[in-house]
Amino acid sequence: MNLFEFCYGLIHWLVDLVNNIWYRLGDWLPWWFGDFFTAVGDFASSHGHIAVMAILLEVLIIIIIALINVLNFIWLDRKYMGRMFDFYGPYYVGYRIGGWLQNLADGMKLFVKEIITPAKADRIGFFLAPVIFVGSSFLALATIPLGRQFYVGTNADPLSTGVEASALIAFAFFAIAPFSILIAGWSSNNKYTLIGGMRSAAQMMSYEIPMLLTVASVFLLAGSFGFMDIVDAQHDIWFGIPLFLGLVTFIVCLAAEVEIQPFDLPEAEAELVEGWTTEYCGMRFGLFMMTSYLRGYIGGALATALFLGGWHGPGFLPDPIWFLIKAYIVFVLIEWARWSLPRVRVDQILNIGWKRLLPMAILNLMVAVLLKTAGWF
Amino acid sequence: MAEMWINMGPQHPMTHGLWNLRVKVDGETIVDAQPEVGYLHRGIEKLVEGRTYTQVIPITDRLCYGSSLTWSHLYCLTAENLMGVEVPPRAEYIRVAAIEMQRIASHLMWLAAYAADLGLMLGFIYTMRDREIFIDLLQAMSGSRLTYNYPRIGGVAHDVPPNFERDALRACSYMEKKLKEYEDLFDGSKVFMMRNVDVGLLKKEDAMNLGVTGPPLRASGVKYDLRKDMPYSIYPELNFEPATHPDGDCYARYKVRMDEMYTSCKLIRQAVQKMPKGKWRVVAPRNAPVGTGLGRVEDPRGEGVMYLVGDGSDRPYRLKIRSPIFVTVSAAPKMLIGYKLADVVAIMGGLDMCIGETDR
Repeated sequence: MNLFEFCYGLIHWLVDLVNNIWYRLGDWLPWWFGDFFTAVGDFASSHGHIAVMAILLEVLIIIIIALINVLNFIWLDRKYMGRMFDFYGPYYVGYRIGGWLQNLADGMKLFVKEIITPAKADRIGFFLAPVIFVGSSFLALATIPLGRQFYVGTNADPLSTGVEASALIAFAFFAIAPFSILIAGWSSNNKYTLIGGMRSAAQMMSYEIPMLLTVASVFLLAGSFGFMDIVDAQHDIWFGIPLFLGLVTFIVCLAAEVEIQPFDLPEAEAELVEGWTTEYCGMRFGLFMMTSYLRGYIGGALATALFLGGWHGPGFLPDPIWFLIKAYIVFVLIEWARWSLPRVRVDQILNIGWKRLLPMAILNLMVAVLLKTAGWF
Repeated sequence: MAEMWINMGPQHPMTHGLWNLRVKVDGETIVDAQPEVGYLHRGIEKLVEGRTYTQVIPITDRLCYGSSLTWSHLYCLTAENLMGVEVPPRAEYIRVAAIEMQRIASHLMWLAAYAADLGLMLGFIYTMRDREIFIDLLQAMSGSRLTYNYPRIGGVAHDVPPNFERDALRACSYMEKKLKEYEDLFDGSKVFMMRNVDVGLLKKEDAMNLGVTGPPLRASGVKYDLRKDMPYSIYPELNFEPATHPDGDCYARYKVRMDEMYTSCKLIRQAVQKMPKGKWRVVAPRNAPVGTGLGRVEDPRGEGVMYLVGDGSDRPYRLKIRSPIFVTVSAAPKMLIGYKLADVVAIMGGLDMCIGETDR
């Protein structure tokens, strides 16, 4: 049973339950009203309606899972940071579960704070930037399958491969964020945010090309643009092993893409106060904060699906659990680098991108071509 | 992008205090810079004139939060120079041990701030943690953790606590081990080297012409350390070599401070082991004679000078303080122009700004 089938069955059951009462209600009413009731009931129980509702439910489930994971990620980040830094990390809020509730408390604090738009800000851009940032990240999230049967699909076929070019779509949405950062930086009408936004654009030039080249090598080996086919192709061997160079390049690019420590130039708090988020406050800032961790989760999920064999693992755990474990490991690796490396400079990240990562990515692509021509994949 | 002025300060994460650095940037490149100080002027030089000589000591502690002990030590040296007081040798040894501990604590605080500026939070936490050891030692000596009020005119306030020698030697060997760890953490990091090497070059001639003193001057290749060149206290009797580095960039300034911490460990060890028995304080006269006194010390940040004028009463007529950072910060445009905006934190962080003593 895949996720669609589950949601379809659930919605179907719910619709039947409601319709039971609905039709009886219609029986009591005069005929012209009763006919209307019957028509609505028939529409509700039609295949099209239930399928659409099922897809919405699927998206909701994926988002809820992602948000819970984001809470976990923030908690893990703080705990891990605390252990590295000789302190406990969050502890008192929900101390029976290791301070896990601290994130909810912080979120609640941000939620009740006033949302201020600077007087001279470009109001439309200032409002749109978080919308684009959060929206594009969630769209990228929706394309990533968590298991062989656990993905946003449109049919109940257990062998379905979902959206055909889902990996391409994921990267397309994933790469939108720098534009929203640029919009946020420009529309805040502040010199620090402007420089932060410009840095984000400059940074994108450096990591996007090597990242997509390494992804191209995976597409080449799998022979498909879809996550399902890519993960299925890793059944025997993870792509991270023959394409180890690509895995390293990809994780470095990922750190730049999700803008964490060695590459968090757009929000370099030492010289740019808080970079492009300087003027944001309240829940808008909270959304940026949450989404940056969400992007960490997406990044880990992408690395898992493309290089670390996705949900393949010993059978004693269900697919999504294996997938999440791998995504967490990738995230912790990135966090490790985050807390133990200084920040690079804006010209240095271009150097790293063009002089180190790009040759590595091309070399990795050549390895992939070699493996493909040798017929090993 | 057009050129624009950016005010980095008075409230800015880079400033470590209350001052303003105006930089003119062309995109990311700095084309002009103007440091502005004076936001933290407390009138200490005037405040001093209404207090007796002993009451001044706690005020001079407030000159710099990072190294308060060197300033009260400097004041006591100056007052002793004015009054002609002879300090007992034990007091001199205690003072040297204390100010070298203060120097390590100050440099560690600098290293912590520097690491945090560069985005290396791990360095911030570890150095602040190890600073505690020296703060604890100073607390055992003086009773306070930040503003010690420990030296007196004619000696020090208390004798050292029991087992001080053992604790100080232990702290030194611990610190030397930790310094190697820091070198692994900082020098071993490629990114740290990228951010520091060939950044903020200050030529030897510029450094000397602008009156830069202390670690930034020594990092430009000038071997000038008051502890060696104009020895005060018991420094001539101790065996040490001031750290220098020829390059004059941010990495050189970092390296000089790291080497100075090794030197300070060495000095503490010698001072503690050679410490003679005897009195630790003599009674100083209440009234100073008509005349002037001058004191110069090697502060962790550079050369600190005090000039004290006595008029025969029990209060100073005038106290002039020469702050090292007030002079050093004037070299900031020389170091900043031509580098990137992100280098501001590395360059200005490398100077170890302390606004308390700059604005006085």
